[in-house]
Amino acid sequence: MATHSENQYYVPHGSIYPSILSVGLLSLASGFIFNMNNLHFGKWMMYLGAAIIIAMTFKWMGSVITESITGQYKSWEDKSFRIGMIVFICSEVAFFAAFFGALFYMRILSVPDLAGYDADITPYKDFLSSWPSLGPGGVVLGNEYVPPANFKPMHWNGLPLINTILLLSSGATITWAHWGLIKNKRNQLVIGMALTVLLGITFLACQAMEYHEAYTEMGLTLGSGAYGATFFMLTGFHGFHVLLGTTMLIVILIRCMKGHFTPEHHFGFEGVAWYWHFVDVVWLGLFIFVYML
Amino acid sequence: MQVFKKIGLGFAAMLASLNAFADYSWNFPEPVTPMALDTLHVHNKFMLITMVIFVVVLAIMIYSIFAHRKNKGYKAVEDKVPSTAVEIFWVLVPFVILLLIDFVIMGIPAYHSVVMMEDTRDKATMVIKVTGSQWRWQYEYLDGEAQGIKFVSNLTTTADEQHNVAEKKENYLLEVDNHLVLPVGEKVRILMTASDVLHNWWVPQFGSSRVAVPGFIRETWVQVDKAGTYRGQCKELCGKGHGYMPVVVDAVPMEEYKVWVTAKKAEIAKAGEIKEMTKDDLVAQGKGVYEKNCAVCHQVNGAGLPPAFPAMTGSKIALGPIFGADGKYLKDSHLDRLLNGKGVMPAWKATLNDTEIAAVITYERQALGNAATVDPIVQPAQVKAARQ
Amino acid sequence: MSTTTVAHDEVHHDHPSGIMRWLTTTNHKDIGTMYLTFSLVMFLVGGAMVLGIRAELFQPGLQLMNPDFYNQLIGVHALIMIFAALMPAATGFANWMIPLQIGAPDMALPRLNNWGFWLLPPSAILLTLPFTLALFGIGDGAIATGWTFYPPLSVQGGIGVDFAIFAVHLLGVSSVMGSINIIVTLFNMRAPGMTLMKMPMFAWGWLITAFLLVATIPVLAGAVTMLLTDRHFGTHFFDAAGGGDPIMFQHLFWFFGHPEVYILLLPVWGFIPQILQTFSRKPMYGYKAQVYSLWAIGALAVVVWAHHFFTAGMPVPALLYFMYSTMAISLPLAVLFFCWIKTMWKGSMTFETPMLFAVGWIILFGIGGLTGLVLADVAADAQYHNSYFVVAHFHYTLFAGGIMGIMAGVYYWLPKMTGNMYDETLGKWHFWLTAISFNLTFIPQFFVGLAGMPRRIPDYALQFAEFNMISSIAAFALGLSQLLFVYVIIKCVKGGKKATDKVWEGAEGLEWTLPSPPPYHSFTEQPVIK
Ligand code: HEA
Ligand code: HEA
Ligand code: HEC
Ligand code: CUA
Ligand SMILES: [Cu+2]
Repeated sequence: MATHSENQYYVPHGSIYPSILSVGLLSLASGFIFNMNNLHFGKWMMYLGAAIIIAMTFKWMGSVITESITGQYKSWEDKSFRIGMIVFICSEVAFFAAFFGALFYMRILSVPDLAGYDADITPYKDFLSSWPSLGPGGVVLGNEYVPPANFKPMHWNGLPLINTILLLSSGATITWAHWGLIKNKRNQLVIGMALTVLLGITFLACQAMEYHEAYTEMGLTLGSGAYGATFFMLTGFHGFHVLLGTTMLIVILIRCMKGHFTPEHHFGFEGVAWYWHFVDVVWLGLFIFVYML
Repeated sequence: MQVFKKIGLGFAAMLASLNAFADYSWNFPEPVTPMALDTLHVHNKFMLITMVIFVVVLAIMIYSIFAHRKNKGYKAVEDKVPSTAVEIFWVLVPFVILLLIDFVIMGIPAYHSVVMMEDTRDKATMVIKVTGSQWRWQYEYLDGEAQGIKFVSNLTTTADEQHNVAEKKENYLLEVDNHLVLPVGEKVRILMTASDVLHNWWVPQFGSSRVAVPGFIRETWVQVDKAGTYRGQCKELCGKGHGYMPVVVDAVPMEEYKVWVTAKKAEIAKAGEIKEMTKDDLVAQGKGVYEKNCAVCHQVNGAGLPPAFPAMTGSKIALGPIFGADGKYLKDSHLDRLLNGKGVMPAWKATLNDTEIAAVITYERQALGNAATVDPIVQPAQVKAARQ
Repeated sequence: MSTTTVAHDEVHHDHPSGIMRWLTTTNHKDIGTMYLTFSLVMFLVGGAMVLGIRAELFQPGLQLMNPDFYNQLIGVHALIMIFAALMPAATGFANWMIPLQIGAPDMALPRLNNWGFWLLPPSAILLTLPFTLALFGIGDGAIATGWTFYPPLSVQGGIGVDFAIFAVHLLGVSSVMGSINIIVTLFNMRAPGMTLMKMPMFAWGWLITAFLLVATIPVLAGAVTMLLTDRHFGTHFFDAAGGGDPIMFQHLFWFFGHPEVYILLLPVWGFIPQILQTFSRKPMYGYKAQVYSLWAIGALAVVVWAHHFFTAGMPVPALLYFMYSTMAISLPLAVLFFCWIKTMWKGSMTFETPMLFAVGWIILFGIGGLTGLVLADVAADAQYHNSYFVVAHFHYTLFAGGIMGIMAGVYYWLPKMTGNMYDETLGKWHFWLTAISFNLTFIPQFFVGLAGMPRRIPDYALQFAEFNMISSIAAFALGLSQLLFVYVIIKCVKGGKKATDKVWEGAEGLEWTLPSPPPYHSFTEQPVIK
């Protein structure tokens, strides 16, 4: 196979994985839809779909890894992957922008609007604008805005602060690991990666605790008006990205231990590192706009 | 080419036949408010400008198409690379012209229209509130001598007309039972809201349209300068009845308006009176209420449109008990469903009065194939009590 | 980047044949062909739905369907036409032509490319399945809110809304994957010597489209996700009772929706000048000016979204801002129009079918664009908004500007793709029939719109009857004309006069240096551009 020289572009031969992956997605999506609409056979379609998706992702990434370690990818392909990853991360930024947009819109426009109408024409007479807000449906009565008895917004200086520290340090450890990779220090690389994975998992555990507390003790749920919706959707999607990132980090850690990467050639590592940094930056945004302000 | 000529002739014939509809509006209908008049002027002006642009651009191109053809032996000419000065000139001049068109010739009148359109309070002499709901408009007079008048306006076009069984009447789909009545020449501030989904209150001859958003209040205004009856439609897709919630406004001179106000107030007071009624009276009145308000969803014969809209015939709720041992109405009872709604089923407590609710409940329980034995009828007084 | 390049595609293995070839292919031409075929099929499906609509609107009264089914048809018609017909057609051309035009061995990320396509059939299934399910008593049919998903109506809606949400998700993933691929290809795979400012205009159009897609499709995905959670998981994004706002959905939707209309047309604005220069036998005029204008349009596209809901109520400064910024789009478009016409000016023109479509396209898109400009006026928009005037505006841009533009491209490149010439006489017939019946369908809609007929209604007042009748008859003629298009394509694929490499006398560009059809591996050696 090592017949390719630097000036050939590697075009992989046909692959069935992408089309089967799509079938998996179809099954997952339609199963989810059925399930949401109380047609419970949908559950099985979801399991099937998820299984297909996981299997195909592994197969597909498996062939990429094989091609990579057999030396098919040279700097030209490497550049393609890099540009591709950057563009992909941009699209992720746009996705989060939608939810941040919703947050700002509600805080700046719709909540104050709803509180601003003449009392004799609005259905929401006693609603006062404030944040965090459950919306007028959350008003208990009286002149002052009183949230339901057990509702509390999430404080920034408890678990969230710990989580911030965790994620920021994981950004540092992965960079440290990267230095190790560049300087060909295997130990530094593996230890750095392992630490990063650990921090990621701890973060997820903390967030799970936070959610648990919100639901059981604070009366803060998805249904808690503007605040609850934006809080859970933003942190939830972020958490989902951390989960994905951690999974990828684990794969990369294993690949590091197997010695897949060289100081010159390690796009797989860098791509995941970029992704991780992106997740990090989104968290900072969340920390500031969701928890602190 | 013979064929093209034929098509051309056919085309011309079609255009000519359009003259048959000469009485028809090719443009906005006659404006009757300052806003509509302004809009019409702006529209005409912009249309003219764009048409001129279109014709000029097209003329150049068509000239070129005929002049610079290969089969006429025309050889392509190399475009010369212009000097920087010439290039700047050729970029700037059209840009200035375009800026002029966009932001001066079109932009300035557009600015004034916007400001005028959004100025809903200045000099307004009365305020009304319009509520859109699936699929009817509700009007409420908020101040002045008409304060307190509140009514619902329903489509009156019959199902038979819609299904081509009966002859379509003149104002097919544009006729309602209760017209909104406004005095001529007064600036009316309109507050707009909705009870379920988005609607849009629009009368073309008024030149104003505004979306009704549930929970929020939006504003617009009209000042009808000419007496007459004006018709429009809901303009925001609001479900299956979207094509069936017209707006009809009567603009009348002030004296007539005052007479109407007095009459309407008396009518409402009379309808609101609570009196004991017989089953037959209730059923008879309930039939009217049902067909006007409920039949869109539950169908005239009560069969509904399952699974979305449940049948009334044989409905557990319509046959089940309404009042508990303590005399209070039960949760999820027939009366509860009507007063408070559930999901897509609207709440009627703000829309129908006590007598109407009592009547329609009785109608559903004693007609449409039902004959309820528990709580067979409901009296207006019971509804009134339930509201407390 | 290297100077000489050999595309490597495991030449030693043989390619699977039959269905497996298409399921597994990583070849940009195969994938392009699949996109184009899919697009054509979905165009017929979307068109068949709209024929149902036009038949119902033929005369006042309810003839064929109940209002709910009518609402389902319009929404699915629009979603199919936009997402499953027009966008895949442009992507199909991108796959076929971009590697050829920039001298690349293939698209940069071939497996991803394959996935991008194979996400489409599942999405099409998700969009149309609810119709079938309803026949079996599951749910009450497809999405009935129009293509815009506005809550609270869409929160109220049935299972069809969920299907549409997930269809849009998959279509979105497909578009983002396609865009990544195109951006990477254009940045990394150009032949040596081809600087960005030497790229073919089509590549430029697509590059900006791809940027717009990456920036806006995820926002749409976010918006419909919020809709989903509002529907099923108790959030209140679009519900006043929780502090949310239905109008917020409109902001999010149109932040995607307005750029979307340029996403649809930028590729067309890319290849139309190429067609014009070919048949005018004269290089395109103002290359740089056109590139800058495309950028300007791309930039303006993302800042004007609120002109779609002027009547929803906004503060005056916001209204003015959105009005003036919308009007500003006419400036770069004027530059484009000027360059197109100047390209033709003093050329040596012939009028084969692609050129006919291109010229017809300029005129008809001009009408669409100019009526768009009028719509931008806030006060008058109170009248136009959601009336048939808007429907006519966007069919002039979407059908004439989009579909007819694509047809120009099809005729232009079909000989290159198949190796056979299409039937010129039939092609010309197709053009004239389409152009005439199209105008007869939609001109009357301008008039009924001005007279006050709202859109999205299954039945209308008597005064609109005559115009609607004309429109319906013409729509059927338009539909039948498209069958001719299908016939021309099939005939050309099956055989015909062999096409030369260059096909058109005045054709310029790398794609015309390859044989027709091009070999399976286009450029085994990357050409060098001086
Ligand atoms: C490909 C599709 C496409 C394109 C290109 C456009 C182009 C434009 N559109 Fe259109 N539009 C739609 C598709 C498109 N639109 C759709 C689908 C809807 C409805 C969606 C729905 O509600 O379902 C819509 C609705 C729509 C509205 C909302 C109407 C309403 O609902 O109330 C508005 C308002 O401003 C608008 C404006 C414009 C403008 C200013 C342009 C400009 O880009 C046009 C620019 C072009 C020109 C101006 C012509 C060429 C220029 C010259 C010849 C030079 C000289 C000209 C001057 C200086 C005047 N469009
Ligand atoms: C690219 C986009 C696109 C295209 C190409 C079209 C094409 C057409 N559209 Fe569409 N349309 C939209 C985008 C598009 N439309 C959008 C966005 C809306 C708004 C929806 C909403 O309100 O939410 C809309 C809405 C819309 C309406 C308004 C409905 C309403 O508001 O109530 C109407 C009404 O006349 C209409 C008509 C047509 C017609 C006659 C065509 C014709 O050009 C179609 C011609 C093609 C054919 C007819 C196909 C030919 C095929 C056959 C004849 C064979 C069939 C056989 C088999 C399948 C085997 N369209
Ligand atoms: C917008 C459509 C709509 C209109 C108009 C409407 N309904 Fe309903 N109705 C519904 C729907 C939907 C339900 C089912 C509610 C649920 O259970 O979620 C319903 C349920 C009911 C029920 C309970 C039936 C059962 O068996 O569950 C009764 C009784 C009823 N409606 C009476 C009326 C009356 C009386 C009117 C007129 C005054 C009316 N409805 C108008 C949509 C409508
Ligand atoms: Cu109410 Cu449409
Ligand atoms: Cu737009």
